[in-house]
Amino acid sequence: MAGGFAEAGADLELVGITKRFPGFTAIEELNLTIPAGSFFALLGPSGCGKTTTLRLVAGLEDPTAGRILIGGKDVTTTKPYQRPVNTVFQSYALFPHMTVLENVAFGLKRRRIADPLGKAHEALRLVELDHVAQRKPAQLSGGQQQRVALARAVVNRPALLLLDEPLGALDLKLRRQMQIELKDIQSDVGLTFLHVTHDQEEAMTMADTVAVMNKGQIEQMGAPEELYELPKTAFVANFLGQSNLFTGTVTNSGKESIIVDVAGTKIEVPRERAQRHAGEVTIGVRPEKLMLHTSAPKPTPGTNVIGPGRVNDVSFSGVSTQYSVTVPKLGNVIVFAQNMVFGPVVNDGAEVWLAWTVDHGFGLLDDPADGPRFEPDTDTKSIAVQRREKLEEELEEA
Amino acid sequence: MIGRFFSRYTIWIYAVLAFVFLLIPIAYTIVFSFNDSRRTNISWRGFTLDNWVYLCDEQGVCQSFLNSVIVGLVATLLATTLGTMIAIALVRYRFRFRAATTLLLFLPMATPEIVLGTGLAAEFLTAGIPKGALTVILAHTMFCISFVVVTVRARVASLDPAMEEAGRDLYASPGQVFMRVTFPLLLPGIIAAALLSFALSFDDFIITNFNSGPFTTFPKYLYTAAAKGMPAEANVVASAVFFIAIIAVVVSQLSAAARRKRLAKQ
Amino acid sequence: MAFGAFATSAPVVESAPRRRSKVALLLLLPGIAYLALFFLVPLVSLVLTSFQAKTPGTDIGVYEYAFKIENYGFVFSTYSEHMLRSLLYAVVATALALLFSYPLAYFIGVTLRKFPLLQALSLTLVIAPFFISFLLRTLAWKQILSDEGPVISTLKALSLLGSDAHFTGTPGAVIFGLAYNFIPFMTLPIYTSLEKLDLRYVEAGSDLYASPVRTFLSVTLPLSAPGVISGTLLTFIPISGDFVNASNAFLGSSETAMVGNVIESQFFTSQNYPIAAALSIILMAAILILVSIYVRKSGTEDLV
Repeated sequence: MAGGFAEAGADLELVGITKRFPGFTAIEELNLTIPAGSFFALLGPSGCGKTTTLRLVAGLEDPTAGRILIGGKDVTTTKPYQRPVNTVFQSYALFPHMTVLENVAFGLKRRRIADPLGKAHEALRLVELDHVAQRKPAQLSGGQQQRVALARAVVNRPALLLLDEPLGALDLKLRRQMQIELKDIQSDVGLTFLHVTHDQEEAMTMADTVAVMNKGQIEQMGAPEELYELPKTAFVANFLGQSNLFTGTVTNSGKESIIVDVAGTKIEVPRERAQRHAGEVTIGVRPEKLMLHTSAPKPTPGTNVIGPGRVNDVSFSGVSTQYSVTVPKLGNVIVFAQNMVFGPVVNDGAEVWLAWTVDHGFGLLDDPADGPRFEPDTDTKSIAVQRREKLEEELEEA
Repeated sequence: MIGRFFSRYTIWIYAVLAFVFLLIPIAYTIVFSFNDSRRTNISWRGFTLDNWVYLCDEQGVCQSFLNSVIVGLVATLLATTLGTMIAIALVRYRFRFRAATTLLLFLPMATPEIVLGTGLAAEFLTAGIPKGALTVILAHTMFCISFVVVTVRARVASLDPAMEEAGRDLYASPGQVFMRVTFPLLLPGIIAAALLSFALSFDDFIITNFNSGPFTTFPKYLYTAAAKGMPAEANVVASAVFFIAIIAVVVSQLSAAARRKRLAKQ
Repeated sequence: MAFGAFATSAPVVESAPRRRSKVALLLLLPGIAYLALFFLVPLVSLVLTSFQAKTPGTDIGVYEYAFKIENYGFVFSTYSEHMLRSLLYAVVATALALLFSYPLAYFIGVTLRKFPLLQALSLTLVIAPFFISFLLRTLAWKQILSDEGPVISTLKALSLLGSDAHFTGTPGAVIFGLAYNFIPFMTLPIYTSLEKLDLRYVEAGSDLYASPVRTFLSVTLPLSAPGVISGTLLTFIPISGDFVNASNAFLGSSETAMVGNVIESQFFTSQNYPIAAALSIILMAAILILVSIYVRKSGTEDLV
């Protein structure tokens, strides 16, 4: 397999993968199939097991249990250098003692492929860096190093290309540019890409399919818009964008929809968009789906209304304005409103009602009894906790 | 604000005086290598180049110098190889008895040389190994290993493990990863360790004294000669070694500075 | 969208155990075996030798195993003076080297920070003595400081010293030589810790109304403590076993003999290996005890 260029991308199959490190379990019973030619993103917070998954596929770690198949062949016990897989490392890991050209030609030479330098030049032209072929990596900018790392992996035409947060170290503008370039290269060469990232926007813009990972397991998988519009768990609802979540009891389970009583307010959710249809449930709606009303809107079929509430914060962010509304008994609700008029629709302190089309609501799989309402994971404290977990993970791996 | 405690000028004057003090015996040794000394090289009798030109006429100086170089090279080769292997294992692998291993590496550095010397002598005596070049090389290799480990270990620790992983990922077998990635990246540390080993071996007297028997290294020659009058040729050898070492250090520092400047420009 | 994602119920295979430890063993074994053979075995051999007794009816220098613990009694009663002298010389010489080195290390590590080339040159000057044999350096001092040498004769001419005064062969000369020879071992570690010292701490100290002396004592000195500790150890240990400076041919006389000189003469002149071995064991034990007390008191145990 490692003897020649892959004709095309290959399927990747993970079967019952478990990975334990001394002291903790990184991955628990993971099953995953990635079809050939797709751009697949593994998305999750630091320490969720996504990097470990990638390293298992690359062969840099051995699974505690389970099997890994590439193009139908079991590679679980093969060495990294025998697998038709190449990785773009998070730190790029360019060899500092070699020129850019030598770096790119390294894999070709190891496999004794004819004309390694010619092919390396070709790969460098693909990333528009052939003019720096004779430089050392230390003389390149971060973005250039990233592209060299990509060329060094792509030049081998692996059946599967692994990307370990390759854009993490770049600034926003470069990231955008690289996202587009990566996408172009993928459609040019037609390989299977497995991209690991904690950046939801990166995953959504680039991947055909996104799998959201949490605590060593996949929470939900699907096309980006599907994940966003119909999150199945509180974790996904809040990790991918923001959500307003409410917990209540199902009072009416109809054919088309269910009615949930949330602290006295009846909220309707389409049956097919709800994962649970009885008992205590958590339901939600995205902030941009909410409409602000300064007077109580007439109850109309197909619309949910809550309120009145009081606006306690207004923050303007250019294209939209974010309102925070306190609704008695329901808690804080976030609303994103497009700036269709000059200035805010309502001011701080105003009394408002919130309405949304029933079709926009969703019901979650989580059992509310398992825990409190899921808090968005973006405050500095949780970021600090994540950093710490990541450091610990690195320590473990080292 | 910072320089207030050691007021700026006081410390400059102190430093200049300190450097002069450190260099006095070196200057003395170099100057007296040009002394027209005949038998004893104690008082100044006029300038001559004869000691430098007819260096090897003095019995023993050249031979002992050569002996020291050979011992230094062999001991350095052995100690650098063994020490580098230990350093890689210490940084990269988890194993039992790690603490005991670290202690075993630390102890030779914390043991006075005279204890190492008498201990080895006792062992060689018991085992019936005749003292000579072999026992000196064995002894020097032993005390150099710890210093090699300390030096190379720092370099291994600063090496990103992703480099080797990238090598494996790019179809290099474990042997190829070592030869083409790990070893070239560790090389500066290994060279530094080798230079340190050679210097330690070349200058060692105490351990050599107990384990050399009839075999004479340069420091041992000096010790014997000190009792009966040091020939100026000894100063010549020491001065020459000094100049070579200083030139090597200065050249490497200047080239490192030049390289930094070049990198900064690009 | 056609992903059969969560395909479960597949057979689970246990993976092979990691082979990491085997590689580690291969890397470690040669070096560790070497150290065991030429460091640990010699220590054991030294202990055994220290209990040996003279083989009856043989020539000088022939011994056999016996549990002759009296060797230690003999050593303590005969050479306690040399042991105390070694300890005293080593403590004083280490203190002198520290006093000399700290300001110099501060100069190179802090004052010269803005001048990298000058800093590199200064470091070269500090290690320059390493490049010339310490025997020749010590001999040079002997001649410079001899009665006829420039220093003493000038002092005598200025009547600062009596006409019969002399320096070489005195305890002062031995301590001077010991301190001089080990200065680089003291300066370099202190330099290393001062060089890494973040000057903002010092500025913060002055900012909080501390006097320069107070800032130095409560900020700079504690932060450079690791360097001071390893410097004193690197100096004290070799000094306490040294016998070159204190020997007749160099800066000492028979009145300045240290433990090292006794070991050397027992070994070479009397060929009394058991006594030399017992002295070595005592020296090593004393140093291990002193060093571990010192290290524990100063609170840094990660020296390696």
